Amino acid sequence: MKPKSPSTPTKPCACEGTSRRGFFFKLGIGINVVAGSLLAVPIIGYVFSSFRRQAPGQWIPLGALDQFPAGTTRLATYRNPITRPWDGKTGDIPCWVRSMEGGKFQVFAINCAHLGCPVRWFEQSRLFLCPCHGGAYYEDGSRASGPPPRGLFEYEYKVEEGKLLVKGGFIPTLAQPLSKS
Amino acid sequence: MIKRLQQIAQWFDDRLHLTKLFESTAGHHVPKSSGSWFYVFGSGTLLCLMLQLVTGTCLAFVYVPSADEAYLTLEYLTYQQPLGWFLRALHYWGSNFMVGIMMLHMAQVFLFGAYKYPRELTWITGVLLMFVTLGLAFTGQVMRFDQDAYWGLGIGTAIMGRVPIIGSDLVHLMLAGPIIAGETLSRFFTLHVFILPGTILALIGVHLRLVLAKGINEYPKPGVVVKRETYDQEYEAIIKKEGVPFVPAAISKDLVFSALVMFAIFTCAAVFGPKGPKGFPDPTYIQTAPQPDFFFLWVYSVAALLPPYTETFVLLVGPVVATLALFALPFISNTGEKSARKRPIAVLTVVVSLLALSLLTWAGIRSPWSPEMTAWTSDSTPAAFLKGRSPLELQGALVLQYKQCRNCHSLDGIGGERGPDLSRIATRLTRDQLIRQVIQGGGNMPAYGKNLSPAEVEALVAFMLTLHPSNVPPVRDSTIPAQAAL
Repeated sequence: MKPKSPSTPTKPCACEGTSRRGFFFKLGIGINVVAGSLLAVPIIGYVFSSFRRQAPGQWIPLGALDQFPAGTTRLATYRNPITRPWDGKTGDIPCWVRSMEGGKFQVFAINCAHLGCPVRWFEQSRLFLCPCHGGAYYEDGSRASGPPPRGLFEYEYKVEEGKLLVKGGFIPTLAQPLSKS
Repeated sequence: MIKRLQQIAQWFDDRLHLTKLFESTAGHHVPKSSGSWFYVFGSGTLLCLMLQLVTGTCLAFVYVPSADEAYLTLEYLTYQQPLGWFLRALHYWGSNFMVGIMMLHMAQVFLFGAYKYPRELTWITGVLLMFVTLGLAFTGQVMRFDQDAYWGLGIGTAIMGRVPIIGSDLVHLMLAGPIIAGETLSRFFTLHVFILPGTILALIGVHLRLVLAKGINEYPKPGVVVKRETYDQEYEAIIKKEGVPFVPAAISKDLVFSALVMFAIFTCAAVFGPKGPKGFPDPTYIQTAPQPDFFFLWVYSVAALLPPYTETFVLLVGPVVATLALFALPFISNTGEKSARKRPIAVLTVVVSLLALSLLTWAGIRSPWSPEMTAWTSDSTPAAFLKGRSPLELQGALVLQYKQCRNCHSLDGIGGERGPDLSRIATRLTRDQLIRQVIQGGGNMPAYGKNLSPAEVEALVAFMLTLHPSNVPPVRDSTIPAQAAL
């Protein structure tokens, strides 16, 4: 019924010295470190692969020029150049296009320079207002008031074959503003 | 028959050593004084975690962490899956209770001096547990993948982007790509469902192991001082003199509290239901004003109220300093008085922290700094402000409305609160000061010089000069003798 285990005399650890056991113990640890490191390389490489995927801006078409008549500021959207098939709507990025006289443009990121909330354009007072902490910008994107440390992030743009293109593809932050700003 | 059952029980006990396990864990001896109502918050937090694990696992049966489909599965859970709404509500309210009770636990441990010698590591693992819990709260907010979650991630991105040198790398690591999209959600799902729960369970193992190894803090008495040289013997003496097994002698109040917490979570879930989802996470839909869940509202307030030039510093250095202070606490105040009655600074710290957090949260709920984006079209000018006004002044009232002034300025308390209420503006600013303020802005107001014609400014100021109560005259400019003589 009650198995009485024979008390095994505790032997002193044989892992020190130059005995056969000591050698095998060290060898065992050594090859495990090597094998573990070998496995760790692809795992760490996989997890941190987003570091290598950083793409500089790409040229993205926003639409035909006649969608942006001079003197207007309008919301435009584009599909981000880097997306996954399961991104759904999150791959669609909005931006503000200010069209000026003489075929000149300014294209602003939607993200407030303070904490990234979406700014809205108010035609009557010619201001961009942020709903989060009340940052305000003038129509040329420069900071008007509130907590933003700078003006709106601005895309580099070009006109090709009657189309407006901007250089982008990533969410602008203070660390990595868009190419123009 | 009973004998036979006893034999079977003994057989299992012999194999599994259950009695020994019980004696060294649940049945370990604790000071009788620790069976107090103040000692129930730790087990209450643990209970909430268990509930979160159960409800979270249930939600994972249905939820799909894909940027395209997460919102659909949330709606399915809420409106079609039988009892799905209730499980979502339990998980949401469970998280609120967990954060709340955890903070009570922390305050109690702090006030009772339980972090002092020899329980420094118990406190430090507790601090780590707090960070993991808050991490679970933040990542959980992202699981509810709606507009708030999307723009909440945007706020996180903007804060990361303020880190010097490695800012953009951190942004890419957090988002798992250049924008907030499918892989971002997968990343937060992995954190919320695998990494953080695994970490929290491991840390709780260490936390409880330390409670067993170093004992639960005895109820502190004023005047009894902790000394490194003598404390261990003193504690041993207490256990010998008035030690009782935790189960069943000291656990009763924990049991009552745990049951109350479960009733409370059940009631809140049944009465208030789940939170959101608030709207499809489509970034091109910009008519949205994101707000974080209540445990992060105070951060949102801090970000709004800090002077802009201190913001990056405070947002980045503040958390580091706070973390270091929490880790250093048991070493700075390692010995001495434990009782709150003899530690006024500790009491003050808790009161001030609680007040600060509550007031900042309250400010975050009201968020007076956010412009009222629709005030200019939805809030009409109160009739009392238009009675008996001249045509020019009425034109000015139109300008005030049409140029979105109301988004930041209220009239009679209605409208935005970002700027001052204009109902009595004429009692504070003269005509010249008003013109200057409108045209040049300043003091957190944009300059309207380019956006208003001289005629519009004339009308607007004429209207604002009528904004004073009938028994309070408008302010006069003392430098103009003609006016001063009036």
